[in-house]
Amino acid sequence: MNKTRVFKTIDGCEAAAYVAYRLNEAMAIYPITPSSPIAEWCDQWASEGKKNLWGTIPAIVEMQSEGGAVGAVHGMLQTGSMSTTFTASQGLLLMIPNMFKIAGELLPTVFHVTARTVASHALSIFGDHGDIMACRSTGWAMLGAASVQETMDFALIAQAATLRSRIPFIHYFDGFRTSHEVSKIEMLDEAVLRALIDDKLIAEHRSRAMTPDKPVLRGTAQNPDVYFQGREAANGFYSACPGIVQKVMDEFAEQTGRKYKLFDYVGAPDAARVIVLMGSGCEAADEAVEYLNHKGEKVGVIKVRLYRPFDGKRFIESLPAFVRKIAVLDRTKEPGATGEPLYQDCVTALMEETAAGRSHLKTLPQILTGRYGLSSKEFTPAMVKAVFDNLSVATPKNHFVVGINDDVSHTSLDFDPGFSTESDKVVRALFYGLGADGTVGANKNSIKIIGEETSNYAQGYFVYDSKKSGSMTVSHLRFGPQPIRSTYLISRANFIACHLPGFLDRYEMLRSLVPGGTFLLNTPFGKDEIWTTLPTPVQQSLLAKKAKFFVIDATKVARDSGMGGRINTIMQVCFFALSGVLPKDEAIDAIKNSIKKTYGKKGDEVVQMNLKAVDNTLAHLHEVAVSENKLNGAGPLLPPITPNAPAFVRNVLGKIAAGDGDDLPVSAFPNDGSFPTATAQYEKRNLALDIPVWDEKTCIQCLKCVAICPHATIRAKVYDAAELKNVPATFKSCDARVPEFKGMKFSLQVAAEDCTGCRICVEVCPAKNKTEAKLKAINMRPQAPLRAAEVANWDFFLKLPEFDRRKIKNSSLRQQQLLQPLFEFSGACAGCGETPYIKMLTQLFGDRAVIANATGCSSIYGGNLPTTPYATNGCGRGPTWCNSLFEDNAEFGLGFRVSIDKQKQFAEELLTKIAPQVGDDLATQILVADQSDESGIYDQRERVAALKQKLQTLDSPEAKLLVPLADQLVKKSVWILGGDGWAYDIGYGGLDHVLASGHKVNVLVMDTEVYSNTGGQMSKATPRGAIAKFAAGGKPSGKKDLGLIAMSYGNIYVASVAMGAKDEHTLKAFIEAESFPGPSLIIAYSHCIAHGIALDQGVGARQQKLMVESGQWLLYRYDPRRAERGENPLQLDSSAAKSKVKDFMLTENRFKMLTKSKPDDAKKFFAQAQVDADRRWKFYQSMAARETKLDDGQPIASKPSATVDQQP
Amino acid sequence: MDLTTNYLGLKLRTPLVVSASPLSEEIDNIKRMADAGASALVLYSIFEEQLRQDRLELNRNLENGTNSFAEALTYFPEPKEFRLGPEEYLKHIAAAKKATKIPIIASLNGSSNGGWTSYAKQIQQAGADALELNIYYIPTDLHLTGTEVELTYLEILKEVKATVKIPVAVKLSPFFSNFANMAKRLDDAGADGLVLFNRFYQPDIELETLEVKPNLLLSTPMAMRLPLRWVAILHGKLRANLAATSGIHRAVDVIKMLLAGADVTMLCSTIIRHGIPQIAMIERDLVDWLEEHEYESVAQIKGSLSQKNCAEPAAFERAQYMKALTGYALPPT
Repeated sequence: MNKTRVFKTIDGCEAAAYVAYRLNEAMAIYPITPSSPIAEWCDQWASEGKKNLWGTIPAIVEMQSEGGAVGAVHGMLQTGSMSTTFTASQGLLLMIPNMFKIAGELLPTVFHVTARTVASHALSIFGDHGDIMACRSTGWAMLGAASVQETMDFALIAQAATLRSRIPFIHYFDGFRTSHEVSKIEMLDEAVLRALIDDKLIAEHRSRAMTPDKPVLRGTAQNPDVYFQGREAANGFYSACPGIVQKVMDEFAEQTGRKYKLFDYVGAPDAARVIVLMGSGCEAADEAVEYLNHKGEKVGVIKVRLYRPFDGKRFIESLPAFVRKIAVLDRTKEPGATGEPLYQDCVTALMEETAAGRSHLKTLPQILTGRYGLSSKEFTPAMVKAVFDNLSVATPKNHFVVGINDDVSHTSLDFDPGFSTESDKVVRALFYGLGADGTVGANKNSIKIIGEETSNYAQGYFVYDSKKSGSMTVSHLRFGPQPIRSTYLISRANFIACHLPGFLDRYEMLRSLVPGGTFLLNTPFGKDEIWTTLPTPVQQSLLAKKAKFFVIDATKVARDSGMGGRINTIMQVCFFALSGVLPKDEAIDAIKNSIKKTYGKKGDEVVQMNLKAVDNTLAHLHEVAVSENKLNGAGPLLPPITPNAPAFVRNVLGKIAAGDGDDLPVSAFPNDGSFPTATAQYEKRNLALDIPVWDEKTCIQCLKCVAICPHATIRAKVYDAAELKNVPATFKSCDARVPEFKGMKFSLQVAAEDCTGCRICVEVCPAKNKTEAKLKAINMRPQAPLRAAEVANWDFFLKLPEFDRRKIKNSSLRQQQLLQPLFEFSGACAGCGETPYIKMLTQLFGDRAVIANATGCSSIYGGNLPTTPYATNGCGRGPTWCNSLFEDNAEFGLGFRVSIDKQKQFAEELLTKIAPQVGDDLATQILVADQSDESGIYDQRERVAALKQKLQTLDSPEAKLLVPLADQLVKKSVWILGGDGWAYDIGYGGLDHVLASGHKVNVLVMDTEVYSNTGGQMSKATPRGAIAKFAAGGKPSGKKDLGLIAMSYGNIYVASVAMGAKDEHTLKAFIEAESFPGPSLIIAYSHCIAHGIALDQGVGARQQKLMVESGQWLLYRYDPRRAERGENPLQLDSSAAKSKVKDFMLTENRFKMLTKSKPDDAKKFFAQAQVDADRRWKFYQSMAARETKLDDGQPIASKPSATVDQQP
Repeated sequence: MDLTTNYLGLKLRTPLVVSASPLSEEIDNIKRMADAGASALVLYSIFEEQLRQDRLELNRNLENGTNSFAEALTYFPEPKEFRLGPEEYLKHIAAAKKATKIPIIASLNGSSNGGWTSYAKQIQQAGADALELNIYYIPTDLHLTGTEVELTYLEILKEVKATVKIPVAVKLSPFFSNFANMAKRLDDAGADGLVLFNRFYQPDIELETLEVKPNLLLSTPMAMRLPLRWVAILHGKLRANLAATSGIHRAVDVIKMLLAGADVTMLCSTIIRHGIPQIAMIERDLVDWLEEHEYESVAQIKGSLSQKNCAEPAAFERAQYMKALTGYALPPT
């Protein structure tokens, strides 16, 4: 056995990466949550020059999709490399076709999969076995780890077994629960890796590789005569595989002392009731079984390790002889099946083994099936107990679910949420932090300190918000003397800390505090002032639980220590001081050492700042004497949703917003995944400490602030002076300045409770105060004192009538921005660069927009529950929105278009037929209507309304068919939205096809130049020299010119825009794109938090301007209609560079960081980037300057082409 | 013609030294400047605040937005190490030394004590022949006394001198109550040279945007009057060498500075404006003038018209100012 035991505190992704990196030499990667960090680790190690087990740096290539990654891996394997990839969910599904091939060709490899829900009625990034189960038929072995330790161990076992068996392996572990759980584990020594991996087998793998020196032919096409036989030829490999895996496990045990079996039984040897399951749920079940047996029950659990090939014999052998009832739990749902997959395998095995007389079981046990834990739904010992209880009753519920309340099909088991198996020896701490304050980072650091500096075991799990601004994080930390198997959230905490006082008003966080527990609050109030400011339920909990209560003004300590808003170090010191996990002085020394280790490479200033914060903390930490106080709180908790919301929003979405979504029963939900829009308005998040305040005297009414506001929280209206009756006292208005609105009033109003305080509006404001130039027409002021008045003002503002759309000149930004946005208060990052484009789209076309949205940031802030930002106007019209997948968005949108056009065409045909009954005039007007502007659409809606009324009176079959189609006679605007990861990479093939099809779809690519949503991985839109994930050494190649490719077709409207640089240009592009009768493509530069810019200080628009001024981003419009008129279709709308590309690059961390990590490369790439920009400019300039004539062969806009629509 | 001169203990071929500028960021430029006749070269400045700022900014940018959202726990890969100190600058010194034979003077720009010392030592280790401390300090605190400001300068110099063995010059601003006294105290504190003067890029106002913007303007020959006066006044009164900088564009400017008493004259704007060959042209014109006026060497001309050696010492003082004022007349209409 290996003697040196090294423990580290890491998460499941790092554990898998640790082994995968060492045991492979070629990898193809692609980002997808939650597996991305595995690939990120590997890419980073490679860029640092870390070597694998054989002393070479693995080659890593990022592909355009998982489909591409698996294709590359297939090629790597066929040519003799040790190769791997990492993925999950849809990504794994995209790999399936190649996986059949890889298995069919007996190529040894291990794919490390963070098992994740497959999107069905909704997308979910969380964990279950839906993706794994979708691969059952591929012929891959499947080995499932239940913990971080097992993840590291099984990564090795799978690799050893694949080499020996030649069967490819999926090594899977539960997404988030295991992939992102931080846990103290014993690291595998490289000697153990060497002991299990036989170089001879690698040589054999290489000897089978394709080489012209020893040519073979693979991938043949076979006919009915032989295919079947060939398919059966590999059976022996599958029957040998389980034995091989067990042998590897036994050898592994000799090396490490950790013993595993294909089916590990834990529990009473004479158990009558047994649960069978796999993945992280095994740990919770193990904990529950131990507890229940200790209480005198006879129960057990089988942890399925090797799910495929399923070894029925070993499964039966693992069952205790006296078992009477078995519940097989599946973490997936297979609608319409006789049961979920693991259950079916177990039933088959039981019947086959029993029938064959190979079973040692005394009686044939009853076998039941149940589902649990879909999308990381909590799975706790209480639920395990409920399953055992169900097995105890005479007629147990079968095909049950546990963990939810199914009040529709009544399949759920009741469980007692109060049931707990947690040992008193385990310290359990909960931290409620603000995303931006560093809480999670500090807690990860605390776990490392405790895990690595004490003999304690430690576990950390982190729950994040689905919103990207002002998000709450909840950290669940456990420490104890024994390995921790609690793979579920903490419900009974010894220590709770609230790092943002505002959360206390909204979340009932003390519910989880045990009697006598400790509560720590970051608050500006002192120990003598805090009590009466607490919400009454908080006081009640503190008093009832006789809690110890401490306060600190961490925000002030952070500020005084130069830490800005990062209170992480301060709260970490408080935790150690109060929790007693370590003696105080020892803990502080450990924190200081850790600070030096963590921040050392970032320079002494950063270290000193943190050390200062440590030293400043304890003097500011004060205890509040709870027992000396009485119940006199500030009132109830704030409602998560405003009371004026519709019932569904209040009762369902409100529960989710309050963090109580787990309590909602099945009946609360729509059965097809449809949700109402316009719900974000009811979730008042009050995120901004400072909000913009309008100075009407300085304002020039340009409405640039309204246009750029990412959250639609700053708006303008022009209205009749008569509307200013019963106006709130502080509501501001002035005379409208636009000549067309002469005599009317103008107001600019901020939604104080929805504003995120990003200050981008202030930064773009061009108006300066005449006496104090630092002031503009809008200035940031503290929100709290203004809140009440501004809420009343906002309500008043909303009630002011919307300006008649028909009278607004849309080409002028200061008029166009009066249009009501139908995209508001999204959960995007404060200062987001994408959302202003979507907002503009909805202002212009939202009342008739059908949106297909690629997966990514825009689908998350656009469509994540609880509330959604797409809104409706006074007539109830607004964008209708759907996300299909990441890879198929263009095709999805094209489907909308073809379908809508077909319905419209059919409606026209029907209308033509029944024109005499409808009235020829009305029918003709409808059929020939000009709907190219607002008036035309307005009039058509009026006509269609009249038609619908008329249809009610008609009885012909055509009239009946026309009723549900009549609204299609009004123009619909189809928009296809997504980011650069979609448009340049994974969805490019589809996008190219859809653009080439000639169909009237509008494509908006919000180009952040990285995969923003998954944490900034390189895409083909990433510019040269930028550091991104998967391009840790700076991207060596230039950016793909998507616009140029699209222009080459000649019949596509193409625009490249940057709203922050030239807002009216963006506006013009949107209007032209939508009016173009063929496909349009707008590539919209979107600044992003992943660029390493101070987004929270409103610099986004400035960065866009700098980029355009440096020539790094061009503004242009390519309109095929101009070619039809004999004009050059390309208009270059930005001028020659005023500055160097490098000057721009040095203002963003994505570039500047390279000068600090690889300065020589930075120099080289930056110089090349300048060459790129100069060349691009010259090329575009010459294209735009080209003289064109009508007959010069320039393609013109064409009708949808038949050829591209047809299959070959 | 003997053009040699001594500066900071270095024997230089001519008094034509290139001062700190972005030109020296490229090794190729350094080579070309040496080939064009520069007798020594002050490298571009390493800015103390810039390095500190970079570190804080990098830390903030790497932390910003992290651990907030489940799908994006970080936004950047974090390399094992960063080069956040003067590493690149040090490499550049070594490369410059390798590329040319002329003395390379490193330039360290900052305004507070602390941080300097370790950089100065590393600069010495990297092979710089001398160090120019550019103390760029603009006191704006209404409560800060002149004495305190002066003490800061002296402390910085003392700290650096105690750390390194290579000669140290101080590049100064002229804005002291008694510049002569300040020069003397720096001389006493061990400065090997005084570089007169630092050019403070004064802010401007952009009328269109109503913003205050610093804008870099190249010097004009007019700018040489201030250093000319102080070089002349200080010549022969200090141990430290005197380097004249600002507004030296042509050979005649060099000659004037030498007459006033400068040991070296520093060239920058003129090279940026006219190109690197300008150095050779100035040298040729300098030789021509010296020959024409029958001088034998730079040593001979140096300081011959300093305050100490000129016929009208008061011309460098207030009397000159009074004369200029009274002698000024409106142009005829």
